[in-house]
Amino acid sequence: MENAIEVKDLVTFYGERQILKGISFAIPSGTTTVIVGGSGCGKTTLLKHLIGLLRPASGSIHIHGNDIAAMNDVSLDEYRKKMGVLFQGAALLNSMTLAENVALPLKEHTKLKESVIDIIVRMKLDLVGLSGFGEFYPAQLSGGMKKRAGIARAMAMDPGVLYFDEPSAGLDPVTAAGLDELILRLHRVFKMTVVVVTHELPSIFTIADYVVMLDKGDVAFVGKLEDFKLSEKPIVRTFLERRPEEEVYSPDNYFKIITGA
Amino acid sequence: MPQIVENAFGYVGRATLSLLKDLHKIAVLINEVFYWTIISPLKGKPPKFRSTVSEMVKTGYESVLVVVVIAFFVGAILALQSAYQLKKFGAMIYVADLVGVAITRELGPIITAIIIAGRSGSAFAAEIGSMRAQEEVDALVSMGIHPVRFLVVPKLIALMVMQPALTTFFDIVGMFGGYTLAITLLDVNSASYINETIKALQVKDLFTGLVKAWAFGVVITITGAYQGFQVNAGAEEVGRRTTASVVTSIFLVIVFDLFFTALFYYFT
Repeated sequence: MENAIEVKDLVTFYGERQILKGISFAIPSGTTTVIVGGSGCGKTTLLKHLIGLLRPASGSIHIHGNDIAAMNDVSLDEYRKKMGVLFQGAALLNSMTLAENVALPLKEHTKLKESVIDIIVRMKLDLVGLSGFGEFYPAQLSGGMKKRAGIARAMAMDPGVLYFDEPSAGLDPVTAAGLDELILRLHRVFKMTVVVVTHELPSIFTIADYVVMLDKGDVAFVGKLEDFKLSEKPIVRTFLERRPEEEVYSPDNYFKIITGA
Repeated sequence: MPQIVENAFGYVGRATLSLLKDLHKIAVLINEVFYWTIISPLKGKPPKFRSTVSEMVKTGYESVLVVVVIAFFVGAILALQSAYQLKKFGAMIYVADLVGVAITRELGPIITAIIIAGRSGSAFAAEIGSMRAQEEVDALVSMGIHPVRFLVVPKLIALMVMQPALTTFFDIVGMFGGYTLAITLLDVNSASYINETIKALQVKDLFTGLVKAWAFGVVITITGAYQGFQVNAGAEEVGRRTTASVVTSIFLVIVFDLFFTALFYYFT
């Protein structure tokens, strides 16, 4: 199977702190891949690299064969037109209605007539189950509906790759399950590559074909979901069995921490 | 080396580095604003007309009332204050000269700029700041839409037009305020006040005032936008940056005022 995304030796720093320590992995085309790992392992940073919001200190990120880490701003904007992103809080523009939000990328990047854009917007909103909500403002919607609208906007340009940043964060289990179903359905119908950053086990088991696990800035596991479930690696078992990870202090270190020395 | 000297050097070093970093960020923003306002329209990507008009309404039209009321009062106050001195010499008619020149050359541009810094500059910082905090700016970037073109350029064009326009309103109403006070409380003859004003005013007084106003519009927009884009997360930071935008704008407006006043003093 051809790879949609290939990351090689990716290194990132926030100031002095190294976040990603030279990670490499590949994501096959047309799969739903989840990027998992505990808080602070670097998965959101990795997502920001994949969508071109951050430039790496070193390393390459090939997406459909093009290295976005080495692109200039103009080519990067071209790449961005062919991808869709759902941010954690949906990130709809609050000053615009849902229909205007979904229409925004179409108005900016295409020369389509207003009437054609209207039809596309209605189709996209219908796709995520929000027909008739076009004239609502984001503030008038529930969290789940906002995320659905965010997906409609991410789908506006018919992207080849769709990214989700913690789609079930802040949602009740029923709404979260509904969102997982929607992601599955979109993937089935449009055959695109879907990348989801999450740490929700039920979500992972429902939507994933492929898993990339990060741990403290390194890749801990890459492979199919079935292999992930059967993996004997301690870090994978800890994650899957939801065991709390105890921080181990030596007596000396502990003494330093409490005295502040 | 004693600890205190080391600390002092460390402090100076860190402060310098952080200042250089801020200057770099400001330079990048000014460069982008310049590109998207002037260069990109030449390449066939014009500014967004509808947002620009909407910003003009918000920053210009909706500020007219407050500008006009303040202008009237300032004109009246100025007339009274100058009369306080001039009456000693029996030169009350020169109230007209003083009010006319002071308002068109100095008070019109600067007080309008201070009003707009408080009203629109703060709104720019708060709007862009809260969009940053809620990932809306990242969402724009991820859609291939440049935030400077989408958010800053309409505001900049709006203020470049509206700041001189509001200043013109201020000039006219301010002089009218001085006139009203002079012919009522100070018993100056109406016709001679008007004649004296016309005699005292020169086209260059009006022109230099409007050039200043235009520059203040640019300063206020870029300061508001810069502070807004510096927000990373949280409502508290939006508040802090909004305050900073007003304080910095007013400070910079006064610095630029000194610069332009000196320039016009020597070159007009």
